[in-house]
Amino acid sequence: MAEPTQPSPAHPTRITLTEEGPALVTGPVELALPDGTVVRSDRAVTAVCHCRRSRRYPICDASHRRKERA
Amino acid sequence: MTTALAGQVLPTARGPLSSAVLDALRGGRPAAVDTAAADPYGDDLQLALHCCYELHYRGFAGVDDALEWDPDLLALRRGLETRFLAALRGDVPPGADVDAEVEALLVEPVGPHVRGVSHHLHRAGTVEQLREYVVHRSIYHLKEADPQAWAIPRLTGAAKAGLVTVEHDEYGSGRPERMHSRLFAEMMTELGLSDRYGAHTDRVSGATLAEVNLMSLCGLHRRLRGASVGQFAMVELTSSPGSERLVRALRRLGCGPAAIHFYDEHVEADAVHEQVVRRQVLAPLLAAEPELAADVVFGIRASRFLGERMGEQVLSCWERGESSLRPA
Repeated sequence: MAEPTQPSPAHPTRITLTEEGPALVTGPVELALPDGTVVRSDRAVTAVCHCRRSRRYPICDASHRRKERA
Repeated sequence: MTTALAGQVLPTARGPLSSAVLDALRGGRPAAVDTAAADPYGDDLQLALHCCYELHYRGFAGVDDALEWDPDLLALRRGLETRFLAALRGDVPPGADVDAEVEALLVEPVGPHVRGVSHHLHRAGTVEQLREYVVHRSIYHLKEADPQAWAIPRLTGAAKAGLVTVEHDEYGSGRPERMHSRLFAEMMTELGLSDRYGAHTDRVSGATLAEVNLMSLCGLHRRLRGASVGQFAMVELTSSPGSERLVRALRRLGCGPAAIHFYDEHVEADAVHEQVVRRQVLAPLLAAEPELAADVVFGIRASRFLGERMGEQVLSCWERGESSLRPA
């Protein structure tokens, strides 16, 4: 998880890549998409979708979860 | 004596236990009560406990704030808690494998036969049922994150920092207009429901009160801090997909922007909170205090047990074509 301080040589921005789901970035962040749109997140931690299944891409919505038919 | 003039009004008693507590809140001496015969999840005991706990949150209009630490009332509360906790310990199978518990929660059941209130609302719920659901949920969401805040001074180091990260987000990250409790209140107003704190206590069942009472019970007892974190994890790990179903239900029913915003916010926020709770709360807590594993599992399972119980009660009312709320 990223340090709760401004990025600096001593404390670079850390992005945590999770096994099953999103990349975790300490916010606020702007996510620039290929089509030119910029998505802003003011959260303390932002979960960036890494599996492309999110219906709120580029923000994680937990769609990476394993589903089981009941 | 400090007595709130404004604030929530006292609810109506539902039996001998809640009568004893309400009499004490009105200034009488608490009568001796027998908790042994009471339904531990029933209306009377759960309302009695709810009223004891509300002294620690917002208090009641016209009730002496000093009663929060009144020895007679605390003794009465202890009897109620002992009965409630013993029932939960009996109904919830013990376990100590937190990883397995979390893994199981992260598998999302799908398909047309999954039973649950959010599944029903998504598939076929009416506006009236949605409004009832919001009334039930108001007991917690109008004080969203408050019961879990009791855990903060009971944790140390990384687990404390992780819990506060999530709580900070629940409280709007310093912006009161983004507090989740406020977003919920705005949704209530939009749905034509009173957003006044305590306005709906008389309308909800013991099953609904029990879910929130578990949060307060685990929050107010340091020895149950593991269960408090487990209960918190349960909410944060399961809320995102349920919120997504509610967003779809609200859109289908043509509800307004405040309602959609509340659940939409929870889809996104709880996808993050899930990660933070697992990595920054549960992992460091169990590294520091591995003996709490069984309590964490208890918190998860007790919370799930009460949640399913409440959901089943609501769904069975709706299936009979009845309201899930008590008469006004």
